[in-house]
Amino acid sequence: MKLSNVLRLFTSILILSFGTSAIADTLSDTQARGHVRCGVSQGLPGFSNPDADGNWVGIDVDVCRAVAAAIFGKGGDEKVEYFPVSAKERFTKLTAGEYDILSRNTTWTLSRDAKIGLTFNGVNFYDGQGFMVPKALGVTSALELDGASVCVNTGTTTELNLADYFRANGMSYEPVVFEKADEVIAAYDSGRCDVHTTDKSGLAAQRTKLAQPDEHMVLGETISKEPLGPVTREGDEPWSDIVFWVLNALITWDELGLAGGDAVKSIVGDTSSTPEVKRILGVEGDTGGHLGLEKDWAYWALFEVGNYGEMYERHVGANTPLALARAGSPNAGWKDGGLLYAPPIR
Amino acid sequence: MNVRTDIIKPPKQDIFQSGKFRSIVVQSIVMFLVVAFLGWIVSNTATNMKANGISHGFGFLSETSMFDIGYLPFIDHTAAHTYINAFFVGLLNTILVAVLGIFLATIIGFLVGVGRLSDNWLVSRFCGFYIEALRNIPLLLQIFFWYHAVLRILPRAKNSINFNDHFLLNLKGLFLSRPVPENGFNYLLLAGLFSIIVIIIIYLWSKKRQNLTGKQFPILYFSLAILIIPFVIISFIYNFPITLEQPVLKGFNFKGGIRLIPELVALLLALSLYTAAFIAENVRSGILAISKGQKEAASAVGLTQGQILRLIIIPQAMRVIIPPLTSQYLNLTKNSSLAVAIAYPDLVHVFAGTALMQTGQAVEILFMTMSVYLSLSLTISLLMNWYNSVMALKDR
Repeated sequence: MKLSNVLRLFTSILILSFGTSAIADTLSDTQARGHVRCGVSQGLPGFSNPDADGNWVGIDVDVCRAVAAAIFGKGGDEKVEYFPVSAKERFTKLTAGEYDILSRNTTWTLSRDAKIGLTFNGVNFYDGQGFMVPKALGVTSALELDGASVCVNTGTTTELNLADYFRANGMSYEPVVFEKADEVIAAYDSGRCDVHTTDKSGLAAQRTKLAQPDEHMVLGETISKEPLGPVTREGDEPWSDIVFWVLNALITWDELGLAGGDAVKSIVGDTSSTPEVKRILGVEGDTGGHLGLEKDWAYWALFEVGNYGEMYERHVGANTPLALARAGSPNAGWKDGGLLYAPPIR
Repeated sequence: MNVRTDIIKPPKQDIFQSGKFRSIVVQSIVMFLVVAFLGWIVSNTATNMKANGISHGFGFLSETSMFDIGYLPFIDHTAAHTYINAFFVGLLNTILVAVLGIFLATIIGFLVGVGRLSDNWLVSRFCGFYIEALRNIPLLLQIFFWYHAVLRILPRAKNSINFNDHFLLNLKGLFLSRPVPENGFNYLLLAGLFSIIVIIIIYLWSKKRQNLTGKQFPILYFSLAILIIPFVIISFIYNFPITLEQPVLKGFNFKGGIRLIPELVALLLALSLYTAAFIAENVRSGILAISKGQKEAASAVGLTQGQILRLIIIPQAMRVIIPPLTSQYLNLTKNSSLAVAIAYPDLVHVFAGTALMQTGQAVEILFMTMSVYLSLSLTISLLMNWYNSVMALKDR
């Protein structure tokens, strides 16, 4: 509840006040601890959400699993401790060292990058903000929303984009601002607000939570750019490098068309593989050494988690409740007209 | 015989043996340690924030906030306004709910407290049940109850519960007609002011006369007459210089009139009903603290039931009631920060919530927010202590 949030925020500040500012070495700390600490959402289907058995699943969760697999090798993807956090407290807790990766549908912006001591490590989902309305309202365009009550989550870029959009179009609105995504959706569902706004993937995910999903629609407009990706603390470059390159290894596997699981086992011994594949597998060269990891870091990340495309289809793709087709979206590979482009691993 | 005079001399004063000196030394050491500790915390926080690349200082207050606030009964705020403006909006919303809450809680609390002592079985049992039930349920749950369980089942704007088009209730809040002053309204105000001055003069005169002669004057009826008669006359002359602006459904929502958002209503209901239960107990204890002899003596000298309550019981009971009442007012004010749970844009929600998130400057913002609650509490304490000294037993 709310009070405990304030309490936790306080502990974060206390850590900031009393903790000593030693030079951080998150990788050694993580290896000594035996698991990766990962901040996730309090439940956003497709991104980070507990499944029926209470295990965390989602595209954001997979980033943490992949990092853990790259560090700990076989079975490493299990070695993650998850910290569900609200949008409001996510950065304070990261900088206070409560967890080491924040993989929580977090938008990469200049002020977050430069002002509050964060490092953004690539993008695992390209999103954009949209609006959801009840079909009964008869609204077809966001430009017809003048005077509406809009439910929104606090502490997000969503809140700022919303203000920008209505200001730019000379429209008025009443923001109703909640702390938790669940409260936002409950308020919208009850009719307290006419409009619900968040990233379009989030709208697709939350529509499934409504009492009657079919009676609501997402408007066509996309009013912002929301590149979502994993975040780390500023000042520990080696750790940030690991997170960045693990994510890009998953994208590279997708570019190379190599699937995870048992499929990748057969390639390891295959001497006819291209030099690029051998290098990334760790058979030739030592990319892992530069990162402070084992040679076969990228192999284990792929083996345990799968490539980016598999991740996508498993959690948010066309065959999931979110039904966000990858082809034609910015999340397709660059060869297919999308935005995903991994720098070369060499 | 040789008398050794040096023995009976008082021993030389040893400065280290002096209790005063020792206490000064001990106190200085403790003081120094406390200051050094605080200084270490401040410098360590600053160093750590710098090392982590977190910006600090109060410069952000004059930056553009870039977010909107949903409920603005007093001052305007748009995305183009600064963070300091958002701070004041939040502060005013907090003060609004605290003042309204204190007002409602006091009234309900006194009624229930007196009702619990009533001879009427039903009334006293009902009041007892009210106190026991509300006092023992956590406040946050009560807020959730009013907001999620009661106010969420109201109809949508189009099917509002409608009384005469002046009072509309729906999911988006309570809409009331707003009185709008027309031509001649100033005369009405003037007449009201004049009436009040006349009433005060009559009151002082009647009190003086009663002290001198013991004769009483029917002040209540005279006051009402003085207040109402000029009002009615002027209203007739200017053809009722007040009109009512009705809320009208335009687009998504009602426009015009006065609006109370459901978040405010839920918070207000929960805070005042909860605090009223405690105030009721304070009132009961205050009344029970008056010895029975006072009441009997008063009726022996021929005072009426109403006079006994007004002149004997309440003035004495107030001395017992005020100190715990003060702490209930403080509780209510501080509890208003639970607004954050239901999207009422108070200080904690707007400033220690959204603004904190957008700037990331947790230390400065929480420091400011805590200072505000401290100042509010101290102000309330100051006012109530003053009131207490007015009501206190005066030695003659």
